[in-house]
Amino acid sequence: MSARQTYRDALREAHRSALGGDPRVLLIGEDVGRYGGSYAVSRGLLDEFGPDRIVDAPLSELGFVGAGVGAALGGLRPIVEIMTVNFSLLALDPIVNTAASLRHMSGGQFHVPLVIRMATGAGRQLAAQHSHSLEGWYAHVPGLRVLAPATVDDARGMLGAALDDPDPVVIFEHAQLYNVDGTLTAPGGDPDIAHARVRRPGGDVTLVTWGGMLPRTLAAAAELAEAGVDAAVVDLRVLRPLDMATVYESVRRTRRAVLVDESWRSGGFAAELSARLMECAFYDLDAPVERVATAEVPIPYARQLEEAALPQVASIVAAARRCLGGSA
Amino acid sequence: MAPRPRSRLHVPHPPARPGDPVDFSYVRTSPAGEMPRPEVAAPVATLAPLANELVRVLGDDHRAVGAWDPHLEPDVLQVGLRHMLLTRLFDERMQRTQRQGKISFYMRSLGEEAVSVAQAMALRPGDMLFPSYRNQGIYMVRGRPLVDLMCQLLSNTRDMCKGRQLPVMYHWKDGNIFSISGNLATQFPQAVGWAMAAAIKGQDDVACAWIGEGSSAEGDFHSAMIFAEVYNAPVILNVVNNQWAISTFQGFAGGEQATFAARGPGYGIPGIRVDGNDFLAVYAVTQWAAERARTGSGPTLIEHVTYRAAAHSTSDDPSRYRPKDEYERWPLGDPVERLKSHLVALGEWSEERHAALAKELEEHVTKSWKEATKFGTLTEGPKLDPDLMFEDVYKEMPPHLEKQRAQLRAELAAAAAERGAERG
Ligand SMILES: Cc1ncc(C[n+]2csc(CCOP(=O)(O)OP(=O)(O)O)c2C)c(N)n1
Repeated sequence: MSARQTYRDALREAHRSALGGDPRVLLIGEDVGRYGGSYAVSRGLLDEFGPDRIVDAPLSELGFVGAGVGAALGGLRPIVEIMTVNFSLLALDPIVNTAASLRHMSGGQFHVPLVIRMATGAGRQLAAQHSHSLEGWYAHVPGLRVLAPATVDDARGMLGAALDDPDPVVIFEHAQLYNVDGTLTAPGGDPDIAHARVRRPGGDVTLVTWGGMLPRTLAAAAELAEAGVDAAVVDLRVLRPLDMATVYESVRRTRRAVLVDESWRSGGFAAELSARLMECAFYDLDAPVERVATAEVPIPYARQLEEAALPQVASIVAAARRCLGGSA
Repeated sequence: MAPRPRSRLHVPHPPARPGDPVDFSYVRTSPAGEMPRPEVAAPVATLAPLANELVRVLGDDHRAVGAWDPHLEPDVLQVGLRHMLLTRLFDERMQRTQRQGKISFYMRSLGEEAVSVAQAMALRPGDMLFPSYRNQGIYMVRGRPLVDLMCQLLSNTRDMCKGRQLPVMYHWKDGNIFSISGNLATQFPQAVGWAMAAAIKGQDDVACAWIGEGSSAEGDFHSAMIFAEVYNAPVILNVVNNQWAISTFQGFAGGEQATFAARGPGYGIPGIRVDGNDFLAVYAVTQWAAERARTGSGPTLIEHVTYRAAAHSTSDDPSRYRPKDEYERWPLGDPVERLKSHLVALGEWSEERHAALAKELEEHVTKSWKEATKFGTLTEGPKLDPDLMFEDVYKEMPPHLEKQRAQLRAELAAAAAERGAERG
């Protein structure tokens, strides 16, 4: 049995083994060197790997993501760290217009083996401009692989697999997860970057979620269990390409689905999931699909306002109960 | 034959890390009073030296010298000193308040007070300011009560942002101070756009924007420069070069081979490098740039050479990446001390008066805090109602938000009822 470690430590270990195992890998981003990154993921790595491989960057997301694309084209395997998802909006052009499309546009001549990591999500009183959940936007774009590790196994395992991917991969690390700890089930974590996982089996209702909402959804399932409701929890892990088979399999059993999505409700990723359930699992459902999402306001700062805006355990439980027809 | 040189990656390395002796040899200074003061309408091509030398007015003997001396009356200087000291004492107190857990976050402007205070004083009330998060001094100059700033920091029932924005991200429309953005550098092109509007409307108000040297690497800086030059916008664009962007030293923003001011001429805009800790010099170059903008000669880029004496924010610990004693050895000194010494040299100030002023301002801060906490603290009510967050998304609330608000009300009522039942 390996010891408990935090999600942050698992990420750092993943970087260490990627950097140690392949001289083409380097990490570039704001304050990643001496400072160790804004969430301390790379702390200590500068001393181990030196400034040419743990590379501090000028404050220009457009610059270092664009340069990351170029370095990937130049034969390296760059990991680009963006402090938080909202800053990635400054780099949408190289991500969407170049990295995601280049293989296709060039008739397969060029490809961009770039890994872009960023913190995401709310719940830390950082207000409207630092609390977005935009992974659904990225999951809209063909050519990208979009990952949302929510466990230490995924934090440890997904990075290496992403670097092995010949195409661009965007990894969303929810800021509330960095301090969460757990135990690795395998020394290298879970390197699968193609499938969803059932985190909790159950027969009465399927709760589908990913990333930062996983702990909350598991807590809701535990609360439902106390009330005699056996909820399954599916962790999507990979938002693009999406593994719906695991979701359908669970929904076929439970005949009810609740989608928990930290992004805004209208046009959020849960809407896509809901549409797919309607298209492919309509006759398996005994009740309309329920969505739990964030209030459609810029995320406020004051604690009680922020909490009210975000999906909470109580709102997930309430949605599950509605879905079960109030019978629970 | 010698081998042909090859390309090699250069990763800038700061002159000193923790434990190393401080090294500011890279900061080039010029003696006070040395730089000529050109006509405000002078063509850009003739202004190159201003971008590479350092405009200074206050000499080592604390006297004002040279063509850039703005010849301010002592009472104006005393007002400047007062605003700078108030900024510093307010910062200090809010830092301690954060450490006591009474606010969640704070950012100080320690060591950079002259930039905001002298510039805001050199401008007119109708000029529009586009600050970064380290320009609290402009709020002092424009007279926003401390209570209002504190209520924003507390996110309480009198918060100007109604609980929606991070502490220190103030907004003050009536004071002509634009919102502070948590996303760096956005204010730069926006200031240029505001200035273009002023020009279109034929007003003689100017816009003034600030960013850190670190943020000047963002595309916004470069877009702002292009637009300012192309449209001859009446705008003052300031780069506050305080040497550090969190843990990243100014070499990472492009400061190793050229000054930040020198970017101006590259875009066809005058660049002035000024001693940012010299109140008189900052005042004078701002006056010059404002006059240039108001009279149709267009934008100016000003680089303020200063030092971020405090941590980046209350979440930062600079002892991890820079020597502890850097600020003590900063070659341009302390802006408050320098103005104070100048006034003393003029016979217009004394240690006694300074101590009395500090005491008065301390008391003002204390009294303001008491007043602010009446409107709610982090732990004690009154508190903003979560209902309020649905307002101001649009002028009129659309139906989907009405619905979400109704659902939240129902959920909060149910939760309250449940708590009541548990207690009951
Ligand atoms: C677009 C964007 N990228 C990154 C950040 C994170 N960040 C906040 S402040 C800061 C450093 C800014 O340094 P500088 O511009 O030199 O200003 P200073 O803090 O020194 O006043 C960084 C990287 C941000 N807020 N916005």
